Amino acid sequence: MAEIIVVTSGKGGVGKTTTSAAVGTGLALRGHRTVIIDFDIGLRNLDLIMNCERRVVYDFVNVINGEANLNQALIKDKRVENLFILPASQTRDKDALTMEGVQRVLEELSQTFNYIVCDSPAGIEHGALMALYFADRAIIVTNPEVSSVRDSDRILGILSSKSRRAETGKDPVREHLLITRYSPERVANGEMLSIADIEDILSVPLLGVIPESKSVLRASNEGVPVIHDQDSDAGQAYSDAIGRFLGEERALRFTTVAKKGLLQRMFGGRE
Amino acid sequence: MTQEQINFPPEKCFHIKGGRISVTTLELTHYDYRGFNDQLSQAVGAAPQLFEQMPIVLGLEKLAPEAFVDFIEICQICQFHGLTPVAIRGGTPELQTAAAVAGLTSLPAQSRRAARNAEPEAETPQVEAIAPRAEAQSAPQEAPPPARSSRLITTPVRSGQQVYAQGGDLIVMAPVSAGAEILADGHIHVYGPLRGRALAGIQGDTDARIFCQSLEAELVSIAGHYRINEDLRGGLWRSAVRIGLSNDQLQIEAL
Repeated sequence: MAEIIVVTSGKGGVGKTTTSAAVGTGLALRGHRTVIIDFDIGLRNLDLIMNCERRVVYDFVNVINGEANLNQALIKDKRVENLFILPASQTRDKDALTMEGVQRVLEELSQTFNYIVCDSPAGIEHGALMALYFADRAIIVTNPEVSSVRDSDRILGILSSKSRRAETGKDPVREHLLITRYSPERVANGEMLSIADIEDILSVPLLGVIPESKSVLRASNEGVPVIHDQDSDAGQAYSDAIGRFLGEERALRFTTVAKKGLLQRMFGGRE
Repeated sequence: MTQEQINFPPEKCFHIKGGRISVTTLELTHYDYRGFNDQLSQAVGAAPQLFEQMPIVLGLEKLAPEAFVDFIEICQICQFHGLTPVAIRGGTPELQTAAAVAGLTSLPAQSRRAARNAEPEAETPQVEAIAPRAEAQSAPQEAPPPARSSRLITTPVRSGQQVYAQGGDLIVMAPVSAGAEILADGHIHVYGPLRGRALAGIQGDTDARIFCQSLEAELVSIAGHYRINEDLRGGLWRSAVRIGLSNDQLQIEAL
């Protein structure tokens, strides 16, 4: 029986797809059979981030409509064993996602996968609702910025009232907060919300803090999920987050202002 | 002028009708000025709106036989606290005469049976206040109407959510986010930061109050009288406050 994880945020552009790719890859690297589904019908980009856009034949909507079966649509990741991607359609719109269709696909995937990662589109409309409806756990991706926090709060409210678990009275969806694009220097300057501020407003357990990093842009342009780049701070932070997701205790890193050494102060620091 | 023009029959000034009313009784066990004044002060202070202009009867059945009561003094104390004594009930002939001098009529003593069936004695002023209200609406022997229900919320009220406690109070034991709305016919208690909108007494109950541990609200309102975020940022912003309505003005005080 698979665990269904939704990666959502409310706000757009905060790092949902980057996180879905990193989380899916991280879980597969730990040996779990994992599939990542792109729910952003019409604005798909999971396939770009995972570098499989050249191998898309059939997509999620084809499977829902019975035009293809799952085996034909699932794309196997070339780097990681156990990792599969179900891309979204680019030509249809989100009304093509029906509750029954999505349920059927998830049930079929549950039989052979350990983790199903649902990459949600931005907003609170049909696509986002479909992505979160069947979730067992949720990763709420938030930037340390007021409108992102407000939108995350909204999506948390929707999770607690409009998910299947809420409607059928089961245990609530397990919520995890992932702060992305965090800059300790800007927090120290008072330009950015701190971790404590965000936790105070959202009251959700913290999964991890991903620092603002040039490696993220590089990773998405190359089509290599950033978690593969273990030299980068973001990559390491995602690995820490996966560890915590699986129950391990890991200290938070990259959340304090780095003290510059003597040489760095003389010759200028490198990011 | 003829007799016919002057002597048309006048409209009657009153009709005599029998009836029952329920009235609050202060059953005296003993009387001394200080004790009576202090206890009455406390009871009225707990529910001032309830006791305002309330007619009361002084029940004398429980007094010791030789007890002395200064009725003129008692009436003065009662009136000072906004109560109007109208009669005594029971008591010795001497007490009845003294009461008549103070302008109080005498009602027959309560029969033993009636005393047994009456509402049990209350310990706190709060309970005393609720029972008379119930009595005013129904005959004395009926059970009082059910108490107002309250709604308890233990998880955060998130942006975009709306919670309405109909017919009662609302108690929230978690933060109320900006963009959330909480409403109640009665009081609102927030054991956490209040960052959204809180509207108490929305059916018009001007006695409704709002309590919160940290005032960071977008808007607070009692029975339609509201104040917005900008106007709440005084000295008590982010403190624990209680908000009530007085003379149509919102009063915000520290808890």
